[in-house]
Amino acid sequence: MPTDKKTSLVSIIGASSVGTMIEWYDFYIFGSLATIISTKFFPQENPTAAFLSTLATFAAGFVVRPFGALFFGRLGDLIGRKYTFMVTLVLMGGATFLIGCIPSYETIGFMAPVLVLLLRLLQGLALGGEYGGAATYVAEHAPNNQRGFMTSWIQTTATVGLFVSLLVIMGTRAALSVEDFERWGWRVPFWVSILMVLISYLIRKNMHESPVFAKAKAEGKTSTNPLKESFGNKLNFKFVLLALFGAVMGQGVIWYTGQFYAMSFLEKTMNINKEQVDSLMFIALILGTPFFLVFGWLSDKIGRKWIMMAGMLIAIISYRPIYEKMYQTTLVGNKTEIHGSSNTLAILKKGKDQHADSIITTTKNYTDGTQYTEVKKVDLNTQLTTTKITIDINKSDRKMLIWLVFVQVLFVTMVYGPIAAFLVEMFPTKIRYTSMSLPYHIGNGVFGGLLPAVATYLASNAKSNGDAQWYLEGLWYPIAVAAVCLLIGVIYINGRDKEITD
Amino acid sequence: MNLIKKLLGIVWLALGVAVGYFGITILGIPKLSSGKQDDFVFGAIICFILLPIVVGGLLVFGKYALQGEYDTAKEGD
Repeated sequence: MPTDKKTSLVSIIGASSVGTMIEWYDFYIFGSLATIISTKFFPQENPTAAFLSTLATFAAGFVVRPFGALFFGRLGDLIGRKYTFMVTLVLMGGATFLIGCIPSYETIGFMAPVLVLLLRLLQGLALGGEYGGAATYVAEHAPNNQRGFMTSWIQTTATVGLFVSLLVIMGTRAALSVEDFERWGWRVPFWVSILMVLISYLIRKNMHESPVFAKAKAEGKTSTNPLKESFGNKLNFKFVLLALFGAVMGQGVIWYTGQFYAMSFLEKTMNINKEQVDSLMFIALILGTPFFLVFGWLSDKIGRKWIMMAGMLIAIISYRPIYEKMYQTTLVGNKTEIHGSSNTLAILKKGKDQHADSIITTTKNYTDGTQYTEVKKVDLNTQLTTTKITIDINKSDRKMLIWLVFVQVLFVTMVYGPIAAFLVEMFPTKIRYTSMSLPYHIGNGVFGGLLPAVATYLASNAKSNGDAQWYLEGLWYPIAVAAVCLLIGVIYINGRDKEITD
Repeated sequence: MNLIKKLLGIVWLALGVAVGYFGITILGIPKLSSGKQDDFVFGAIICFILLPIVVGGLLVFGKYALQGEYDTAKEGD
């Protein structure tokens, strides 16, 4: 490949990936700062504000993303990829910056949660449009034999965006006092976004339209009604359904299991200290991220279909043994308590409203270095008891858990690394942006997004029925969805078409 | 293989119906009637947005499979 062309491809991948990474950053900081945002904008004692908060949480992820895919996908197929994903970038950055500027509920009352909700919905809309544009843009520049590798850079951005959001939040917290961060410092990560977007905008501004789309446009071969041609035409709609049920829904649940369910399982089911969970997830994700590129590259050599299907199959077979091992690794019942280490402290504490609470703290130490802390709080007025257990794990258990999470991230990279190239190759140029964006966001937003609710329902149901392995029951959801997807993918997907100039 | 693809169409149709039934009775209605605001919003999203997409999609996919739309000879359409 000539050096000029290689440099140009590097800048195309760089500009597209950085922009998409920023969009993920913007989307994640809202979630990472959700607790502080709710105190500033959505006071729980006000039912309407709490209702708006719930809408902001669910609507942006489930409802608006697919609409963004339709809206911006249509634009991308009508006027071009470059302009459309410039708009999504600016929209996302602008919405994020403005969230950081909105005065709190105390200052402007109801306008505050209403504005935050509207801006959050705009974020979801922009995210729905960005991914398909970036993936299509890079893929339409890439040679047939490198498309998997080049688009896999886009696939790393969801994970990298999560890292960057955590780093900016941690950096801001470290630079400010706790009071300053609570008062105004939490706004900084939102403001930082506008700088990143500005840089990305300047880089993207000088890029050219995708050659495949430019050629189609010059020849008058673009679509006049991409939505109708994508979803109203059986010849194309059947492939949209195949992409969703034969690839993306399985990818969506495996992605959520590896990156989010694992974290929630460590924190809520295994009761591991939150800071230890964050750090071990961080390490496992950093170790796993390069494999998006490895499997993207490998998909150019041996095909996309079988790598994704293998990822699903291995995940289906190994999820339960992996989670059983995770659970048993830190279970204090399997450990030996140091004789006489148990310590119980009971105090009486008066709250702001003169309510008295009895707080009983019990700590136990184990021979392998594990520490168990149980804090039982009894409200002496209502007699309501809440118990919080925290396990501080030792170094060897930490290493084991990093390994077990890393293995799950590997499954994520197998199914997610090649999928952008796979989707791009499935649809013709004139309706590609629209056709690939919708199944992607339904697969990830709907099937993936449902995972916490369904898994929690299955696990709590099993627990109340006295199932000894209740903690594994939530896994039936990703296992069942991935199994159906695997069957459909293996039987119905051809996966041989690598031509994208059609 | 084409025969298997067609016959499995019945499975996808049945799966669509099963997901609809269990989605509404196990997830949707209990959430809508729990009395909690969070659950109500989530239940409404499940019943009126997510289930129609998933169930409708599976039913159409099953119908296409049964009609032979995914037969090898038609893959290049």
